[in-house]
Amino acid sequence: MIFSIEVSCRKHNLRRVRSFVNEILENHYRLDACNANLLVLAIDELCANLMIHSHQCNPSDLIEVRITNDQYNFVFEIHDQSNDTFNLLEYKIPDMKQIIKDKKNGGIGLILVKKIMDDIEFEKRGEHNICRLYKSFPTRASA
Amino acid sequence: MELKSYQEDRFYIIALAGDLDAGSSISLDNALEEAIKMKKKQILIDCQGLNYISSPGIGVLTSRLEDCESTDTTIVLYAMSEKIYNVFTILGLDQVLPIKKSKEDAKLFSNDI
Repeated sequence: MIFSIEVSCRKHNLRRVRSFVNEILENHYRLDACNANLLVLAIDELCANLMIHSHQCNPSDLIEVRITNDQYNFVFEIHDQSNDTFNLLEYKIPDMKQIIKDKKNGGIGLILVKKIMDDIEFEKRGEHNICRLYKSFPTRASA
Repeated sequence: MELKSYQEDRFYIIALAGDLDAGSSISLDNALEEAIKMKKKQILIDCQGLNYISSPGIGVLTSRLEDCESTDTTIVLYAMSEKIYNVFTILGLDQVLPIKKSKEDAKLFSNDI
């Protein structure tokens, strides 16, 4: 089964994406609140990054989030259409201590995504970009 | 997100409720800036009502740490849910920011510094 939501690139739609992902993880897959929150956070951070940096919060641009699951393996896909392809795999993750010292908050979201997810892939088909995030649980992390 | 600030004895308490995200983190930043300007030296952040936090909210806290150190101000967070605490531990911030279970613990810790 594939669950999906499509939203326009407005920051207030991040809440809709979070509610949707949380609903699927907690109520459909019975994932515990802590793990569900971490996965919601990772998706939220990537969607925010795309909306703000790749789409400049243009409300006519769309982002789609898809969730699939095979037993304990979750796959999240974030689809968008843009020439600007931000590749997290090539992004040098800053050090948390340096972020504190520099009084900056940029980079914290991407640190979270990398720490939370097991694997991240990027695919580009013309202007269509897909970011795939993988997360497995050794046993069902249910509530 | 809802934010309430009030004085309780020598402590300046900022109570958060709801989602601390890209849209709402500015409220906390303003509240902290105001508290530091007012020379509040013992700031406690009540996280009991906090349902969600993402990087902009975390960034507000980390970006104020140096200011607090230079002005001899302490910030202590308390009553954080397990799922929110989990986010702080993933970043190693539980080793940098004091996080206590209750308001009483937060007050004791703040007084001991």
